Amino acid sequence: MTVIVDLNLCQNHGQCVYAAPEVFAFDEEETLTYQPEPPESQHDRVRAAVAACPVRAILVSEP
Amino acid sequence: MSPLRRVVVVGASLAGLRAAEALRRYGYAGELVLVGDEPHMPYDRPPLTKQFLNDGWRPEQIALPIPPGLDITWRLGVPASGLDVADRAVRLADGARLHYDGVVLATGARARPWPGHPVPAGVRTIRGLDDAAAVAEALSRTRRLLIVGAGFLGGEVAAAARALGVAVTLVEHQEFPLLAQTGPHVGRFVAALHRANGVDLHLGSRVQGFTSNGRGELTGAELTDGTQVEAGLAVLALGATPNIEWLAGSGLVTDRGLVCDEHCRPLRDDRLPAPDAVAAGDLTRWPHPLAGNELISPGHWSNTVEQATAAARALLKPDTAPAYRPVPSFWSDLYGVRIRSVGLPHLADASEVVDHDPAAHRLIVAYHRNGPLVGALTANRTSQLVPYRAEIQRHLDSRRTRTRSVQD
Ligand SMILES: Cc1cc2nc3c(=O)[nH]c(=O)nc-3n(C[C@H](O)[C@H](O)[C@H](O)COP(=O)(O)OP(=O)(O)OC[C@H]3O[C@@H](n4cnc5c(N)ncnc54)[C@H](O)[C@@H]3O)c2cc1C
Ligand code: SF4
Repeated sequence: MTVIVDLNLCQNHGQCVYAAPEVFAFDEEETLTYQPEPPESQHDRVRAAVAACPVRAILVSEP
Repeated sequence: MSPLRRVVVVGASLAGLRAAEALRRYGYAGELVLVGDEPHMPYDRPPLTKQFLNDGWRPEQIALPIPPGLDITWRLGVPASGLDVADRAVRLADGARLHYDGVVLATGARARPWPGHPVPAGVRTIRGLDDAAAVAEALSRTRRLLIVGAGFLGGEVAAAARALGVAVTLVEHQEFPLLAQTGPHVGRFVAALHRANGVDLHLGSRVQGFTSNGRGELTGAELTDGTQVEAGLAVLALGATPNIEWLAGSGLVTDRGLVCDEHCRPLRDDRLPAPDAVAAGDLTRWPHPLAGNELISPGHWSNTVEQATAAARALLKPDTAPAYRPVPSFWSDLYGVRIRSVGLPHLADASEVVDHDPAAHRLIVAYHRNGPLVGALTANRTSQLVPYRAEIQRHLDSRRTRTRSVQD
């Protein structure tokens, strides 16, 4: 699974950080950071994050 | 349980669509009918008071994506007029009767109208796409806007109008904007934001009456503080009222919303859950442990999405679906300041400012009720919400285990 967040769309709603805190986080500048290739154990949480993002900024591709 | 062959979803907006998506995701393969009274395909409402007003967003930009393979039969432009729980049928206003094996009630809410007298032309509310399009159009011809109600919706309309250079008078009957919802600290912060952006804010004041010209068009309003406001357009932002009327006579309990249990099931008059029915979104009120099991109705986007998923699961797997006890969260954007909250700040009996940087428009407020944390709100500091949310989640989880051990 690869994850891309469109940071131009992202408005810091934080929903992805709540849904998958091991994959998404905020840095000191309040910018979203994330793991582009999360481990298998996180995939369900990442899918939940995709559904929870109000601006649909998270794109996931699964082979 | 016999397999469901037809599920009818009433209300084709965020809750209805997300429930339909979840039904398919959980494996439902039968017929899926979505009934909606608006002529539009589902769209997202939050941008209606934001980018749609001042960034020239088009309706296509707020369409909610319909994932491929949902296989939905759409019944748009026709309201449901009644529900027969015993016969398992939804009645439509065009006379049709849709039998169901399962039903999802998701008719949301509408803007609260002006109480009493008819209002002059030019006094509007915003709930749907058509309302927002009318306001956007009127804003392009208006130099002076009056907004009644400085909640999040009214505040966002003010911000959008200021971005367009329209003069704004904002009238709020509370001592501060959002006082009941988020307390005095946030109220002061938001009031300062409005004033810094040139809004003429009237607090502790109400509209006594609207004034109009000979053609019945709005010219302004008289406020209880004695001010005479001039305005060619007024937006009422007085809150929302749930669309429950069509359920009259169904035997379901309504009380400022459709009353549900913790499994998203609407209750009948005998206080037992109605069979084969679930509900989600702004229509509903249900008991939440953070509120001491009083009924809550957050009226927010994230709850709608999460509750729709929980409702779909409860309909398909009634015996294993967990209780729906989310940590609610909410957002609003005002003049580019990102206001975000978790929990239920309106329940608090105490709140404290943890951090405030007026220059950077940063704020952190924590909310407590009888001691424990029940909510937190930040402005331009979303990162700081994460630990608060985790604490509320822990508190909810510990209550869950406690109730379980009492029952054991
Ligand atoms: C302008 C605006 C801005 C918002 N901004 C934010 C925000 O910034 N952050 C946030 O968290 N939340 C925000 N919200 C709240 C969020 O949009 C709602 O929580 C969400 O729309 C609720 O979805 P719903 O499907 O339950 O109800 P609704 O979106 O109200 O949809 C209900 C649908 O059912 C239809 N309907 C009603 N009666 C019938 C009937 N009898 N038969 C058939 N169909 C019927 C309605 O016409 C409507 O299409 C905002 C809401 C509005 C209106
Ligand atoms: S949920 Fe979406 S908008 Fe919010 S922080 Fe994550 S990517 Fe950004």
